[in-house]
Amino acid sequence: MVKKHLQKLSGKSVEIVSICSAIILWQLIAVYVVQNKFYLPSFTDVTFAFVDILSRDAKLDLLGLDYQLPVLLVDLIYSLMHFWIGMLSALAIGIPVGMIMGWFQTIDRIVDPLIEIIRPIPPLAWIPFAIIWIGLNPLAAGFLIFIGAVFPIIINTFTGFKNVSRVYVEAAKVLGCNTDRELIRYVALPYALPSIAAGIRIAMGVGWMCLVAAEMFGVSRNGLGYKIWHHYYLHNMEFVLVYMLLLGFLGLFIDRVLRYYIDGKLLKWRKGVVI
Amino acid sequence: MGEVRVSNVSRRFTKDNDTSTLALDNVSMEVNDGEFVCFIGPSGCGKTTLLRIISGLDKPDKGEVYLDDRVIDAPGPDRGMVFQEYSLFPWKTVIENIIFGPQMSGIKKKEALEDAEKYLELVGLQQFRDSYPYELSGGMKQRVAIARALANEPSVLLMDEPFGALDAQTRNILQQELLEIWEKNNITILFVTHSVDEAVFLADKIVLMSARPGKIKEVIDVGLPRPRDRTSLEANTLRERILRSLVREQKK
Repeated sequence: MVKKHLQKLSGKSVEIVSICSAIILWQLIAVYVVQNKFYLPSFTDVTFAFVDILSRDAKLDLLGLDYQLPVLLVDLIYSLMHFWIGMLSALAIGIPVGMIMGWFQTIDRIVDPLIEIIRPIPPLAWIPFAIIWIGLNPLAAGFLIFIGAVFPIIINTFTGFKNVSRVYVEAAKVLGCNTDRELIRYVALPYALPSIAAGIRIAMGVGWMCLVAAEMFGVSRNGLGYKIWHHYYLHNMEFVLVYMLLLGFLGLFIDRVLRYYIDGKLLKWRKGVVI
Repeated sequence: MGEVRVSNVSRRFTKDNDTSTLALDNVSMEVNDGEFVCFIGPSGCGKTTLLRIISGLDKPDKGEVYLDDRVIDAPGPDRGMVFQEYSLFPWKTVIENIIFGPQMSGIKKKEALEDAEKYLELVGLQQFRDSYPYELSGGMKQRVAIARALANEPSVLLMDEPFGALDAQTRNILQQELLEIWEKNNITILFVTHSVDEAVFLADKIVLMSARPGKIKEVIDVGLPRPRDRTSLEANTLRERILRSLVREQKK
């Protein structure tokens, strides 16, 4: 068992050496070159800070719940809540809008100019209106993530639907699948699924990036992004780095899980096609 | 029953700036029930257009098409179609592709699956039941496409150069298999091809078309006994006659 794991590791030796050298280099630069914890906390500083955070508790005060939990877990719960409010609404709105635009040309012509005008506005520029419209609450954070995530979903769904080969639509028609609803459900949607899935992956990445900013303007007292700001005010830069790294690892993790699920479960018929 | 009647059909394609081509000019013809008819002609003669109009995928500008005295105005499960391009749904396995038609007409999945096994056997692909189209060769894909079209139990099978993209050997084998399927199932087959050899081997009747505007030039009763010999003297004579006619048509 152990031997098997070791063998697996030795296959990744280059990657491991790369990461280890980066850590050593970081440590050396922090300790001997910068020599200032405020400008660059060392690897060991960050590790101790992480252990420190692990031992702290916080109160989860959400929807009438009142638990005493590790602070990291509370931050994670808040961040995932913000993230999923945004992502789920982006999926719920982006996919149908993209589908309808891709299938009906007139609707595309009506909606497309509006989308093209709104899309280039950076999600963070919406912060003032998010506060005025929604207030300082998790929904406002969700709104920003929604703005970041919805456009990649709309555009990829739209492209997927636009590219449905005529021969599949015609084959379905002669087999008795005739209405728009049936054609969308049985032909266009499955055909566009790889493109939609790719859009969701991009959207998740963008949404995750919006998370930090969305939590910075005070929608809650917890959250991974909020804590970066919070520890910055306290000049605890090693804690800032802990939360930065956590955001990075979680983003990576979400992407990997999604990719595994999409490639392995949804898109078995597309072997060899990388999305 | 699968009696097809084409009556005074014209179809004109218009491009954006007023240039238009007359793809079919006042075409009329009849196909009897159970007949195997091949359409042949130079490219651009409207043979595919005619087939698409019969399928209901395209509409004529003038004239009507009847199937058993009912006007055709939309695609329907009474007319199966096999395309030249590979048209299997790539996200469905072989068996799921075959039951697509029956499921669309409201047959329960379990029943449809039982029926589908029959068609899978007919094209000899039982061991590829659960494969995805990307795992099949071109010949196998077209076999599945035929099984999928037959699963709707159509009275007419429309085939648009279905073997056009296959190599010569596979093509010969599939022609043979198609004839066996045709004999077993008693259906009318309308088959578009550009291969004279294919038409002479398969058809009861060969419809020779002329190009621009697309018209029926000649209908040839093949009349060779089945099973046919590709290299018999009669087949060769007929082939030569059709080839000459086609060459004359292309020079025009």
